[in-house]
Amino acid sequence: MFQSLNHVISMKDFTREMIDEVLELAEKLEPFARGKPCRMLEDKLLALLFYEPSTRTRLSFDAAIKRLGGSSIDFGMVEASSVSKGETLADTIRVVSEYADAIVLRHPKEGAARMASDYSSVPVINAGDGGGHHPTQTLLDLYTIKRESKLEEIDIALVGDLRYGRTVHSFAYALSLYGVNIYLVSPPQLQMPQHIKSDLVHRGITIRETNSIEDVLGKIDVLYMTRIQKERFAEQSEYLAVAGSYRLGSEMLYSARENLIIMHPLPRVNEIDASVDATSHACYFKQSFYGVPTRMAVLVKLLGGNV
Amino acid sequence: MSVKKELLVRPIEHGTVIDHINAGQALNVIRIIGIAGSTGSVVSIAMNVASKEMELKDIVKIEGRELDSKQLDKISLISPDATINIIRNYDVISKYNVELPEEITGIVRCNNPDCITNSDEPVASSFTVTKKPVILRCKYCDHIISEEIAEQLI
Repeated sequence: MFQSLNHVISMKDFTREMIDEVLELAEKLEPFARGKPCRMLEDKLLALLFYEPSTRTRLSFDAAIKRLGGSSIDFGMVEASSVSKGETLADTIRVVSEYADAIVLRHPKEGAARMASDYSSVPVINAGDGGGHHPTQTLLDLYTIKRESKLEEIDIALVGDLRYGRTVHSFAYALSLYGVNIYLVSPPQLQMPQHIKSDLVHRGITIRETNSIEDVLGKIDVLYMTRIQKERFAEQSEYLAVAGSYRLGSEMLYSARENLIIMHPLPRVNEIDASVDATSHACYFKQSFYGVPTRMAVLVKLLGGNV
Repeated sequence: MSVKKELLVRPIEHGTVIDHINAGQALNVIRIIGIAGSTGSVVSIAMNVASKEMELKDIVKIEGRELDSKQLDKISLISPDATINIIRNYDVISKYNVELPEEITGIVRCNNPDCITNSDEPVASSFTVTKKPVILRCKYCDHIISEEIAEQLI
């Protein structure tokens, strides 16, 4: 069990030691994530409550509990559940926490998972609450860096929507625990909010800002790309201009360090050209897989089980 | 310093004097206390009065009324330096500062429309409070309120 954590709601609840524990456990669990038989959580039932569409997060949690020998329940489409009859989330959580040993929740409202944890008698794992937190995404991102690069004293560039993407904010906070150098690459209207930058600098890490990917390509170990969303722009033409300049093609990688890894939380739209997939730098599909051992580690931490 | 001397308006016999209100916040304090035109009590308001400690301040006096802890918490959010004087027979029998709580529940609305506390869920808004300047951070969505807190009071 986590020393002082009954739920996984926000990266802010994690110390560096707790993150390290999860990442170390994820590494031990990787063979099981790849199919080695395992009965570690064989008597455990995980409820998957997804009020919003999700592919990777939902499937990887489902895979994680099943790879550990457990099973899962869900309510299928929201339209087919009591939610469509107007049941509150609080009531749904009270009911489901009597059925299952843990709850994975994705909900459109910010703070939904924190509220759910107030009503649940079993651990709640936040799988995304609106524009809010998505801690297991951050954990799997850190795990990817640990496995494919190294976590300490690296140079990393965060690219794309750094203003509204709160997942990127919590990722940056988590990175600051590892003393990395961060390059922030975004169009002026999508820059990281000042108070977050000040917080990061206050934590003793170096931040540099630019609006061009090419400025940083030769200086980094990790390139973390994110999606630029159409709805952030008033004009379609403005969106197209910005999205076009944040598109990574394999021809741009000539100056890259040999060991550069390129990450993306997926789904990508056109931020990364398919020509990049074949390069040794492309890491986003591995990153997607690493969601399984990372989420297995979180489940084992919360639900017990002998490793 | 006696209250009688300090105030610009007539002293009250029994009631409460709220002093050192941030300049411009007196009407919000009146609203917090729930005083309307039909209340009937004698209410005096002085705004933008010169003050040694805070340049300008507002003062509110209410005849026959004492404040509850929820009202005091609300006042502390918009005027953290406010002092409360309880008056009996024209004398100040008790004087204290409002105290900014470390956490508040159910007295301020989160101004993030997407916050779970602004939905039909049975959950009260809750904030952690930092002082000087007063900043509220929503316990649920992490949203920060630092300006126009009075507008968000429930």
